[in-house]
Amino acid sequence: MSEPISALNGARYDGIATIEELGLQGMITLRGDLDEKGLAKAAAAATDQQMPGPRKAHVTDDSGLCWMSPDEVLVLVPYAEVEDKLAGMVKALGNSHALAVNVSDARAVFRVSGTHAREVVAKLAPVDLSDGAFKPGDFRRTRLAQVAAAFWMEEDGAFRIVCFRSVADYVFKLLKVAAQPGSEVGVL
Amino acid sequence: MSTRLSKLGRLIDRTKQVSFSFNGTTMRGFAGDTLASALLANDQMMMGRSFKYHRPRGVVASGAEEPNALVGLGEGSRFEPNQRATTTELFEGLSAKSQNHWPNLDFDIGAVNTAFARFLPAGFYYKMFIHPQPFWKHVYEPFIRKSAGLGKAPDAETRDADTYEHFYAFTDVLIIGGGVAGLQAAKAAALTGVKVLLVEQTAHWGGRAPVDGGTIDEGPVDKFVEQIVSELETMDNVTMRLRCMGAGIYDHGYALAYERLTDHAPQVAGPRHRLWRIRAKQIVTATGAIERPLSFAGNDVPGVMLASAMRDYVVNWGVTPGERVVVATNNDDAYRTAITLKNAGVDVLRILDARASGGGALADEVRALGIRVDPGKAIAKVSGGKRVKKVSICNQEGIGGARDEVSCDAVAMSGGWSPVVHLWSHCGGKLIWDDAQAHFRPDPDRPPLGADGAGFVSVAGAANGALALGETLSDANAAGLAAAKAAGGKAKRPKAPLGESAAELPMEPVWLMPANADTPLRVKSWLDFQNDVKVSDVQLAAREGYESVEHTKRYTTLGMATDQGKLSNINGLAILADALNAEIPQVGTTTFRPPYTPISMGAIGGEARGEVFQPIRRTPLHDWHDRNGADWEPVGHWRRPYAYQLPGESVEAAVNREVKNTRENLGLLDASTLGKLIVKGPDAGRFLDMMYTNMMSTLKPGKCRYGLMCSENGFLIDDGVVARIDEDTWLCHTTTGGAERIHAHMEEWLQTEWWDWKVYVANVTEQYAQVAVVGPNARKVLEKLGGMDVSKEALPFMEWRDGQIGGFDCRAYRISFSGELSYEIAVAASRGQAFWDALTEAGKEFGVMPYGTECLHILRAEKGFIMIGDETDGTVIPQDLGLHWALSKKKEDYLGKRAQQRSHMADPDRWKLVGLETVDGSVLPDGAYAVGEGTNANGQRNMIGRVTSTYYSANLDRGIAMGLVKHGPDRMGEVIEIPGTDGKSYKAKIVDPVFFDKDGEKQNV
Repeated sequence: MSEPISALNGARYDGIATIEELGLQGMITLRGDLDEKGLAKAAAAATDQQMPGPRKAHVTDDSGLCWMSPDEVLVLVPYAEVEDKLAGMVKALGNSHALAVNVSDARAVFRVSGTHAREVVAKLAPVDLSDGAFKPGDFRRTRLAQVAAAFWMEEDGAFRIVCFRSVADYVFKLLKVAAQPGSEVGVL
Repeated sequence: MSTRLSKLGRLIDRTKQVSFSFNGTTMRGFAGDTLASALLANDQMMMGRSFKYHRPRGVVASGAEEPNALVGLGEGSRFEPNQRATTTELFEGLSAKSQNHWPNLDFDIGAVNTAFARFLPAGFYYKMFIHPQPFWKHVYEPFIRKSAGLGKAPDAETRDADTYEHFYAFTDVLIIGGGVAGLQAAKAAALTGVKVLLVEQTAHWGGRAPVDGGTIDEGPVDKFVEQIVSELETMDNVTMRLRCMGAGIYDHGYALAYERLTDHAPQVAGPRHRLWRIRAKQIVTATGAIERPLSFAGNDVPGVMLASAMRDYVVNWGVTPGERVVVATNNDDAYRTAITLKNAGVDVLRILDARASGGGALADEVRALGIRVDPGKAIAKVSGGKRVKKVSICNQEGIGGARDEVSCDAVAMSGGWSPVVHLWSHCGGKLIWDDAQAHFRPDPDRPPLGADGAGFVSVAGAANGALALGETLSDANAAGLAAAKAAGGKAKRPKAPLGESAAELPMEPVWLMPANADTPLRVKSWLDFQNDVKVSDVQLAAREGYESVEHTKRYTTLGMATDQGKLSNINGLAILADALNAEIPQVGTTTFRPPYTPISMGAIGGEARGEVFQPIRRTPLHDWHDRNGADWEPVGHWRRPYAYQLPGESVEAAVNREVKNTRENLGLLDASTLGKLIVKGPDAGRFLDMMYTNMMSTLKPGKCRYGLMCSENGFLIDDGVVARIDEDTWLCHTTTGGAERIHAHMEEWLQTEWWDWKVYVANVTEQYAQVAVVGPNARKVLEKLGGMDVSKEALPFMEWRDGQIGGFDCRAYRISFSGELSYEIAVAASRGQAFWDALTEAGKEFGVMPYGTECLHILRAEKGFIMIGDETDGTVIPQDLGLHWALSKKKEDYLGKRAQQRSHMADPDRWKLVGLETVDGSVLPDGAYAVGEGTNANGQRNMIGRVTSTYYSANLDRGIAMGLVKHGPDRMGEVIEIPGTDGKSYKAKIVDPVFFDKDGEKQNV
């Protein structure tokens, strides 16, 4: 069988920040009571991460947990393992009321890095991205200009941005505009 | 003449010459000039003509308040009208054109309007242009359009060459205005440790204080500004932006600032403007004050300027607007202009001080310089056409008689100062009238209120009415500190610097000069320069019964121009108050609305232009469609192929080919855009029984059911096939446009009404590439690819199975929206293209062709299937469409059930769905109405129905249509009349809506 192809197949742009479309990322939407031990355990087993608090993400490489809402967490796993991890999680959840569903292919993932990464994102998302307010491990479910998006900050200060696959092209072009040469704001 | 002085000019760099053009003439200025100062240096006092009377006009101010000196800036794709010369920084190659004249600035035919001024009084639009009616379209409108209006709109075919952006900023304290007050407020706030954002609209810190003189902490003001700026620059918690105007203040501490990045340096890369979208805990407006003109006859003749502006030109840019100047004032501040001019070597002929007692310490200083001061005197009239020639002098108390004349070439006027209260007022801050200074200033007890009921805007310095330098600084210091504390700053008590300036005697309000000016003078006394509103116009409005200042504004157009009455406002309402015999505070002000000065449309749009004007949603197969002749159709934010054109083929021919091929061979449709919602939980069945009109809880795993969804008002809002995945999981298909809407609809009911039901919903629409494999050869191609059993027995109609086809993991639904043998196969989106390729390759021998949305529509219409958005429009209920079979009678309730029992919903006269067959086989016009007997109360023909879907069916070789018709199903076989907008009237027979394969044999194989 052919290889799966991500929305933009690894597109890249270098402006005042570097914009890269990353390959496919395994993603599972998990809805349920986040305080419930069984659920947290199932999520931890799939990712080796603890359940994050509100507006936080616990991510290492391509495994992690991102807080999406009081009853939703985004589970990140390696793309190749998503079906196995999902099956394991469903099994672990047993009869408890929860929903776990594979959404890996419904998404596109970008990385925005470089000195002005904060400013590039702050041109598009109504989020306080000053270094005192937004640090590695912080997560926001928000919008980029006209579309829904979520992002978190990695240890090196780069942003990992998730959006819907259908608007990957729009988001890439948006980020390009926001990272155009000469557009440094000089405050973040 | 106006000319460059050999010295002064704190903002210009005389070593850097800059050349620019005005009306095609090349001129020279210096780096640091504004367009206005550079034009004055070139003796170009006249900079435009007025809006209504086309009177010659020169620059009157030196900043954002300028009403007259508006120019068209730039060329072609960078042309922009109505740009203020006073706020346009000069750059090499700048090209400006004056406005409102034909054929040229010096000789203008429209100026003849002045001669007819008495025919163009206040409210003249309302009075003159009502009768006779046909004159409006053919005479009045073309005339007004030609003679009125400010700058020209850019050419419709050009596209702005620049880019723009937004920037979201968060701060504790936002300070608007970078004069000494703003700087001191920023420092006071910053010392408490809070985050401070300081924005200044001009290119320089310090505002006008360095021009006005005085000392701060015993040193020159310039020095203080330099020091405090460098101090603030070193503070990590302070952000400072020049060329960044506070444009508006809104609820919840939201503010907009408009940063002009490259207007002064168009060759620099990057966006032209940036709109800062700011959230601040506290906002301090340190917006300064604006000097008021005096209302005397001829106050609009080029060469008459605000006194403060005149000294700005001398001190900041080393330009004098005239060589022999007369000063008219009602306050001490204007004496500073006389001193400045005299010290710069300009002749100051007289100071006419309307106050009988004359001025204070500054007046003594002026007299010591040998300048004549005439207390109690006023300007009766300024004469001169395109330039001040002479001033007639009279007593302030009087009607303007017994005149003395002085010939001069410039007049400086000062009617006192009005605090810039705009930003304070945007979000509801109230004003109080200050009798002593004769101006409105912010009422500290009635600030704009935040969500917590506490004020979130405060005012500092001159904007607060604290006009003297010492007061300005101490007021600003206190305001900055208070704002910082309110924003959570730690109490510090920074000491205010000591500002000292000459003591001033009180001003005396002068709303008309002379006080009892007779009519010939009042009709030449301008209030609003930009919109050509005179004292006499406002007085006429009052006589005609206009009492409200808001009505008077609209009737006379006072303050309605692009400057929004920054100079005219207070003078106008003082005149109105006088005419109404009321106090000024009783009359009140008009409403201050953002933006403070006009901001570019580009900045408002931000990045949203060109490729990213709007998001376009793309399926995993989008690029393939694009490469294979797709004629795109927008469906929501998606683009879907309407049809695939072969080389040389028309869209219509492509549709007909696809329609036939799908019925006869094999068609492929990209159905990825259809919404897919997972609904799971112990209460999911119960929940879906409420969502859908039909029963979903009884559906067996592995099976599918078509369902209808209604709003609580009973109207159809969506439809689609529901598949039961397992015991407590369902997958609901929605329409393409309905996915997000229905997802939200479900969440809303779950979160607000049935919050205790155990159900989770997830939108998995984009997880899948879904391909409809349709036509007599559908099974053959799937069998050729191999994998799961897709036979009639293994996968019957309205069932689904998981499995593999051609090596692709998939879910296959045996559902049909075409009436053909049909499968919808869902594969992972990232494998969608490969799967489509496999189908296309394998399908060659079976006549495979992709088909688009129009073919889909025709196939479903041939079968009488309804389409949400065609047969429904938000007013249609399932009963109208003959869908009674989908309305469960067993269920106690579902959304819409009770609404559908209302009398109007159950009315037998509701229009109902039928098929329509034209008698001659032609295609009915879409949306056309069927007419019945008689006429309604408006004399229009009675209507009995309308066409909801209409197509040419290549399979039937005739037009087919569906429509909603009164008593339709009872009138089978009747012929009704449907007039088109093409002049023809169509005759159509009412028939069953199923035109093709009525027994459904084709899909059931």
